Amino acid sequence: MSEYETHDFDVIVIGAGGAGLRAAIEARAQGLRTALICKSLLGKAHTVMAEGGAAAALGNVYPEDNWKVHFRDTMRGGKMLNNWRMAQLHAQEAPDRVRELEEWGALFDRTKDGLITQRDFGGHRFARLAHIGDRTGLELIRTLQQKAVADGIEVFMEVKVLRLLRDGDDAVSGVVGYWRPTGEFVTFTAKAVVLATGSIGKSWMYTSNSWESTGDGVAMALWAGADVIDMECVQFHPTGMVWPLSVRGILVTEGVRGDGGVLRNSEGRRFMFDYIPPMFAAETAKTEEEGDRWYDDHSAGQRPPELLPRDEVARSINSEVKAGRGSPHGGVFLDIATRRSAEDIRRRLPSMYHQFKELAGVDITAEAMEVGPTCHYAMGGIRVEADSAATTVPGLFAAGEVAGGMHGANRLGGNSLSDLLVFGRRAGMGAVEYAQGRTGEVTIDRGQVDEAVAAALAPFQRQEGENPYDLQSDLQATMQSLVGIIRTGSELEEALGKLEELEDRATKVAISGGQAYNPGWNLATDLPSMLTVSRAVAQGAVNRKESRGGHTRDDYPKPDPDMGTVNFVQRIPVGTGGSAGAGGTPSVTTITITPEPIPPMPDELSALMELEEGH
Amino acid sequence: MTDAPIHDDGATGTAAPDEADGGEVTMVLWRGDATGGAFTEYVLPAVEGEVVLDVIHRVQATHAPDLACRWNCKAGKCGSCSAEINGKPALMCMTRMSELPEGEDVVVAPLKTFPVIRDLVTDVSYNYEVAKRIPPFNPRAKTEDEVEAGGYRMAQIDVERSQEFRKCIECFLCQDVCHVIRDHEENKTSFAGPRFFARSAELEMHPLDVTDRRAILQKEQGLGKCNITKCCTEVCPEHIKITDNAIIPLKERVVDAQYDPVAWLGRKIRRRTKGTVEQAAATSPATGPAAVQPEDHPPAHGIPTALELDEVDEVDELDELDDGPMVSVAAEPTGAPMGQAGDTPPEAPSPADG
Repeated sequence: MSEYETHDFDVIVIGAGGAGLRAAIEARAQGLRTALICKSLLGKAHTVMAEGGAAAALGNVYPEDNWKVHFRDTMRGGKMLNNWRMAQLHAQEAPDRVRELEEWGALFDRTKDGLITQRDFGGHRFARLAHIGDRTGLELIRTLQQKAVADGIEVFMEVKVLRLLRDGDDAVSGVVGYWRPTGEFVTFTAKAVVLATGSIGKSWMYTSNSWESTGDGVAMALWAGADVIDMECVQFHPTGMVWPLSVRGILVTEGVRGDGGVLRNSEGRRFMFDYIPPMFAAETAKTEEEGDRWYDDHSAGQRPPELLPRDEVARSINSEVKAGRGSPHGGVFLDIATRRSAEDIRRRLPSMYHQFKELAGVDITAEAMEVGPTCHYAMGGIRVEADSAATTVPGLFAAGEVAGGMHGANRLGGNSLSDLLVFGRRAGMGAVEYAQGRTGEVTIDRGQVDEAVAAALAPFQRQEGENPYDLQSDLQATMQSLVGIIRTGSELEEALGKLEELEDRATKVAISGGQAYNPGWNLATDLPSMLTVSRAVAQGAVNRKESRGGHTRDDYPKPDPDMGTVNFVQRIPVGTGGSAGAGGTPSVTTITITPEPIPPMPDELSALMELEEGH
Repeated sequence: MTDAPIHDDGATGTAAPDEADGGEVTMVLWRGDATGGAFTEYVLPAVEGEVVLDVIHRVQATHAPDLACRWNCKAGKCGSCSAEINGKPALMCMTRMSELPEGEDVVVAPLKTFPVIRDLVTDVSYNYEVAKRIPPFNPRAKTEDEVEAGGYRMAQIDVERSQEFRKCIECFLCQDVCHVIRDHEENKTSFAGPRFFARSAELEMHPLDVTDRRAILQKEQGLGKCNITKCCTEVCPEHIKITDNAIIPLKERVVDAQYDPVAWLGRKIRRRTKGTVEQAAATSPATGPAAVQPEDHPPAHGIPTALELDEVDEVDELDELDDGPMVSVAAEPTGAPMGQAGDTPPEAPSPADG
């Protein structure tokens, strides 16, 4: 076999979203030879989609805000499943990270006094989100991208990383991947590797995530022997668009329901009245007339059931669809068109109106939207040590959505952008410290490289076989219907069986064409990651027999205090097949799962949980 | 969602046959690589509510799994899926099938200005190389008050000017459509293009930045080659007024930097004899230089205060006296084919940037 193109660095960062860029900037700032590797072009990562803002207790709008309140809000939002040390560091350091962006050229919206202004968001006690209109993620990624370019960081664009390489059972020493434009393989040696590969959402049919979110980081970490935690904690939004295709996955703000929008099934019935749980009966309208009076005068009636908590709405939508009363494309109808005048809708929901008009030609003042639960964010991920972002494998670090712990069982809006900044920097620092302390020659094992390359090329050897697009679509349908927003034990077991079938089919994928920019092949090499993370999510969901945050079990509808004190840790024991996961043969079916206690919170942090409400 | 269609369902999912409205769409897609290629026809069932990118994904899932196409967010926010649709540069995710002529073929080709890698994917590395040559953001020091407040103070109205340019999603459609490089490959080494003029404008107008980029813009980045045909503005999916709000003000600043009363008088006199601005703008892109060596330009621009804005206005007014608004200044460094040499004031011989 011929020689591979090879590069040598001190630190390599995989993924060029907010976390990856911030990590690379930190490593470079400390003088290390640093490279950034990304699957797309620089500046296109999913961070651009973040709209709301970056949560940081700057105190510019409410001087009484501080890290302690932000910490408390984050822990409450995460239903106490969070790594409290991460939540603490995040709350303490987010303000400096946001101000630092300004020193690198970001232009946040201002207060009257000329400081960074902050907006309100769900779960945050004070207005806390630094923002730029509704394009905060774009500003963040562009600022970091331009800083990275100015600092001279080497960027390897459109490189798909297949596998982490380990020095025997010791430290990570590099990666192997291929250039998407040419299909040529490439290896990197490094003293430390940072994973910042983002989300896992592409395993679901309805998702706000882009094609890149195939869970490569979580899967590669598992294959390399690292621990991942709480994979069952996935955030779904109850009302994402399911149709037309051009807007599938785009979220419809709760404001549509707050402003009078109602949910209807295929029979036109306003079905939420059929699903009012006893504990909310007293504060929910009994009739449509009563609910409708509430919009204009909150004292004239109780609130309509469309405004029940998020999980109740999701569960109701789920039930209607499963009972065969869904919309033609597997959702339900969200109707504001017959409820409010066109003028009112345009005035109160301008961005919703324009977005659907422009992207889909859908006029929400004239027709109902088709909505359903949509996968949005993974709280679970690679287990890291809070201060250094070190994983359980030496030399391997993780930051951003790929890492677990920070957000517990549910993430607050605005905390993801600040997470990227705080832990991107810390992962960079951790990697630098490790790289500087690493002695001896860093070598990669040619056998591991050859194995990964052979696995990746296997689909070309088959004349006939599975179409990777069909396989992906069957996986997405399985995860959407069986491991979606509302889960039950029997369906999760069914999902695990189906995943086994899909894993088997994935060994039979056949690819036509060449290696140069071949999306079919690229997808074939993403499928192993998607299957591995899907299994981890399903296994986690089977084991967490309670409802907590983003994880809702119909058969265990309440939180279980005992389960609230454990992380579900999954790993592939060394020597049992980790290596088989790379490339094109996803035969990993043995991921172990064990509950491990969350370390107790120190008293000074516990005390913060009792902070008084109100300003 | 158990009933949701799973077959015939591509990378982003496509419709089951029963979703089709009975009609057909014919996609004519360029297939090939750097060595050559040709248009290939794909006929698919028509499906309501799709954008061009959805149909491309269906072609991949059902006809041509190896059809190369770049995309990410599919929501008009990342700028990856740029192509030429029926001859017009556009984002595939933002072009609805229903807005294209019904019953006619939909022709999708790769961006013409950049080398083809494969099918609809081009090598846009030129843009990333230019980005490296833009002098980076360079903020002034914080005042004592700002150190105490914990951050810079800027007025909303002052940040909004640069914010317009920071909406850019780097789809490079403006670069693709710009004649200076679209028709003249050789200009790529000496021309930054509209995207990066917008970037420089953003930095020039940034309330904190103190670097003066005017000499570089004129000498190394070919600002003078732009003849303000506004093609870039027309294709911008973010509706950034690249020509009016970035390029023309930059040209004004460059002229301002070169301002010298004798040279100014000389230019004024010659301009009266050399034809109208409209004629100049209508000609093909200049290949020659018309740059003036900015020898003793004023100190670096700091914060564009209200005072400074007034000064800029005064420059406009000066020129309006005999030439009409704005464009007169803008036309100055354009270097229309007629009399390039004579267009360069004798007081400051051109260093030639072409």
